[in-house]
Amino acid sequence: MTGTNHKIRIESLNVNIDGQHILKNIDLTIPGREITCVIGPSGCGKSTFLKSLNRMHDENPDVNVSGSIFVDNQDIYDRNINVIDIRKKMGLLAQHPCPLPMSVFDNVAYGPRIHSLDSKKEISKTVEHYLRLAGLWDEVKDKLHSSAAPLSLGQQQRLCLARGLATEPEYILGDEATSSLDPISTKKIEQLFVTLKEEYTIILVTHILRQARRLADYIVFMYLGEIIEAGPADEFFNNPKQQLTKDYIAGSFS
Amino acid sequence: MHRLRSIKERSARWFMRIIAYCSILFLIIIGIALFVKAFPAIKNNGLWELLTSARWRPSGGKFGFLPFIISTLYVSAIAIAIALPLSLLTAIYLNSYASKGIRRFFAPVIDLLSGIPPVIYGVWGTITIVPFIANYIAPHFSGQSSGYSVMAGGIVLAVMIIPLLVGLLVEIFNSIPKEMTDASFSLGATKLQTVKRVILRRSLPGIVAVTVLSVSRAFGETMAVLMVCGNSTLMPHSLLDACYPIPALIANNYGEMLSIPGYESALMLAAFLLFVIVFLFNGISRLTLNHLEKRFHF
Repeated sequence: MTGTNHKIRIESLNVNIDGQHILKNIDLTIPGREITCVIGPSGCGKSTFLKSLNRMHDENPDVNVSGSIFVDNQDIYDRNINVIDIRKKMGLLAQHPCPLPMSVFDNVAYGPRIHSLDSKKEISKTVEHYLRLAGLWDEVKDKLHSSAAPLSLGQQQRLCLARGLATEPEYILGDEATSSLDPISTKKIEQLFVTLKEEYTIILVTHILRQARRLADYIVFMYLGEIIEAGPADEFFNNPKQQLTKDYIAGSFS
Repeated sequence: MHRLRSIKERSARWFMRIIAYCSILFLIIIGIALFVKAFPAIKNNGLWELLTSARWRPSGGKFGFLPFIISTLYVSAIAIAIALPLSLLTAIYLNSYASKGIRRFFAPVIDLLSGIPPVIYGVWGTITIVPFIANYIAPHFSGQSSGYSVMAGGIVLAVMIIPLLVGLLVEIFNSIPKEMTDASFSLGATKLQTVKRVILRRSLPGIVAVTVLSVSRAFGETMAVLMVCGNSTLMPHSLLDACYPIPALIANNYGEMLSIPGYESALMLAAFLLFVIVFLFNGISRLTLNHLEKRFHF
């Protein structure tokens, strides 16, 4: 983990999908080594926003992104930046756990291997380390070399987290990462996030207000593709400035 | 009212079940019928003699099937060796690299290509591939070849099954969930890494299955192969020799089989052999696939 100025600065980010204006003039600074929760009703552009942070929109020719996102003072949309480095730096945890079609071990080893870590010893050490970090080691240590598919959803999501961490990112992006999990698995993942914020900058998209209350140090509230309000969690929940925010917190719409 | 509904439900189930079982029944009936017809040939010559002898002289009662079996396997192997890599690369390109416009253009073209009648491929092979082999390829090797050869058969067959393979492979690749490839991309994998480590790996059972399908198709392909293989009853010793796959043998001699004693039974045996070859091939690949599925985790 390098750099004291761990943070993300976004300047006039606009995203169009199929001609629809999804994100409108986003200007935002996200603090480092904290948990930032991006909240807002469904369809407000939260996921689109998150995907622009690791340039996943590159894979979809219908999406048009303009503006700048500075990660550690480097514009990730700069022409000279290699998208591979960006994605390695910004680990993404998807909404539904999606193990790759291989064994538990190979899933976690996937990142290190594609980023050319060759030593077998190093790889098994890495795999064990991150499986332990994700709190999954004890549950899978006897079936490392069998398929990841039979694991429970909660285990799969922790596996995906271990897999993401094994590429050694500096930022963790979670796209409603607990929405398909049961309450106990959700709690485990949430506790992990709290532990991880010591070393990582974490950005979570969620539509569950209570989850944001539990986890967030910083809140970004989005509505219809715009940022309505952003600020430290305490301030946001106790002293919201915008009427729309007050209504959302009060539960007038969701 | 309730009774009537449940009767309908039950009779519908039985009706469909019977129809489904019929397809298997036909397979068994065909197998038995062929075997019964072929039995006199086996009784007169002995199965081992028929399978291992290379002497084919129907008028003398000599029916050695080895050249035909070898020809069938040889031509099909060449065809799949050419077609599979080309089809895989084409399908990967169409699935992972091509733009939407190109994909939209290719899909109907590939369907069209797989719908072209074999005889047209046969004619094309006779007027282009055969002379090409005779004039340009053969002189570099053995020297003399009419061009009607194992190689010609393999090439024409390959060109025929490529559209079939590409169409099926693209379907298989497209069935991979987007979340899975996205997971790979978001870990920083390049396209090529994702293709190799996720797409191909995940598709392996499907790739094996469509390969089996197209090889079975190649085994049975008659018209196109018959037109370019040379149909010589001698054993093919090189790619440039003429050969005589089993389907071509049956089609060419069906008309006169009744005029020579034992000929009919021998041709029925040829058909039965083809049947067994396809059957064995499918069975073996099924087993291999099961084994692969246990070894790797798709």
